[in-house]
Amino acid sequence: MRLPAIERLGFKSQLFVDSLGGFAIFTLNVVRCAALPPFRFRRFVDEVFDAGVLSLSIVCLSGFAVGAVLGLQGYDTLVRFGAEANVGAVVGLSLVKELGPVLTALLVIGRAGSATAAQIATMVTTEQLDGLRMMSIDPVDFVVGPKALALLVVMPLLTALFIIFALAGGYLVGVMLLGLHGGTYFASLESAITFADDIVPSLSKTLVFGALVGFIATFRGYTSEPTSSGVSAATTGTVVTASVCVLLFDYVITALWGI
Amino acid sequence: MSTEPGQDFRVALDGVYLKRGDRQVLRGLSCGFPRGRISIVLGGSGCGKSTLMRLVGGLTRPDRGIVRVAGEDITRMSNRALFRIRERIGMLFQGGALLDSMTVFDNVALPLREHSKLSETEIRAAVSSRLDSVGLEQVEGLYPRELSGGMNRRVALARAIVTDPEIVMVDEPFSGLDPVNVRRIEALLVELNRRLGITLVVTSHHLASSLRMADRIVFMVDGRAISGTPETLLASDDRRIVEFLEAEKDQSTEQFTARIGAFPASGGME
Repeated sequence: MRLPAIERLGFKSQLFVDSLGGFAIFTLNVVRCAALPPFRFRRFVDEVFDAGVLSLSIVCLSGFAVGAVLGLQGYDTLVRFGAEANVGAVVGLSLVKELGPVLTALLVIGRAGSATAAQIATMVTTEQLDGLRMMSIDPVDFVVGPKALALLVVMPLLTALFIIFALAGGYLVGVMLLGLHGGTYFASLESAITFADDIVPSLSKTLVFGALVGFIATFRGYTSEPTSSGVSAATTGTVVTASVCVLLFDYVITALWGI
Repeated sequence: MSTEPGQDFRVALDGVYLKRGDRQVLRGLSCGFPRGRISIVLGGSGCGKSTLMRLVGGLTRPDRGIVRVAGEDITRMSNRALFRIRERIGMLFQGGALLDSMTVFDNVALPLREHSKLSETEIRAAVSSRLDSVGLEQVEGLYPRELSGGMNRRVALARAIVTDPEIVMVDEPFSGLDPVNVRRIEALLVELNRRLGITLVVTSHHLASSLRMADRIVFMVDGRAISGTPETLLASDDRRIVEFLEAEKDQSTEQFTARIGAFPASGGME
């Protein structure tokens, strides 16, 4: 009874290491294609539109809601200690350092990451990638590279928007609903957050998240089985793997560099 | 008719074995497709016709055996080298394989934009001419999802031949087409072959068209191939071929049989 279990464990470990190796080679291949000509600027812009512009409404709305809740919770907690003047700092710091990058990454995974994986997996199923190969066009260069690069680029931009809308949400609740002075809100925000120590590291973190989402979504789509269940597995796999990786990397980055 | 041994095969498979999951699809498949001729691959569903196409394109690697394209063994070729070989091949996939994010025009223009130095005006003219030749007009701005299955495949055929490749592989070009368009595509393929000397490999269920067009027939059964001319195919007393022909027989077959008269034909099936 124990041997099959060990065998199974060995088999699964081997599969895991195998897929990690495949992922590493795939990632290097994408980077190589993105770095070497031909540069597919037009396709890159189209992908930025798909991944970024079409995610705007969901990111802005969610940011506003998260900021409003933070304002409400922050005020309720701080007022007990007579420190409600610091609502701006609490909302701002938690958004810039943690919630902004992580929540935006999770939203992008759900909206653009899953769509990217599903789109590439569908291209596998309908032989579109094979069609490209038969035209001597490398699908990694033509399809995967622009999509992965677009996810990398849109992540910091969407995070910045998320944070701005969240700050507006916090302002609405703290100042307009709960009666905090507007000047106090912004003064505490300004004194707590610095560009070099908070915003730049935060945006760097979003670049790591963008790379993770881009590579995972395209890899899952590219290596999917050419069936409808393969498309569904690629989509689900992207959401699960990318979400877990973002949260794990968030901890590692924060622990190592205090970002 | 070209069945002589030792002839110049532009594409050849030698003792190819391939297993998919638990199913042994090919069991020592050996066949050749002569330069500048039209070869038709016939066989029942699931006999491995599309797999043969993928093997020739280097999209699937055999478990055992050799695949030669334009004189080069592609079996263990690197992906980079395969891209070089594929520039000489045009392939029509069974489902069309058009890029659904691009218009018909951009799909057909893609190989020219990637591999030629033609100006945009020249590309526009080449695309229009190819679309005309497959009987499609006013579709350049449409997306593949806006086309019927038959139109989709005709666009894909236009894309496969737009660069005038020396070898064209066509997987089921007639399925889903009305009789007028079957004749049109058949005439186009024959014209391409006769005018440009393209080596044409066509898989088909459409027996009448196959018999009209073929210089050579490769009949796939049990993961192997039986090759010969249309005449030798019709004259064959191999039970598997007779069964297939009986099932597929239609008026055109009988017309063809009447036209070429009674057999025995010279040279039996290989």
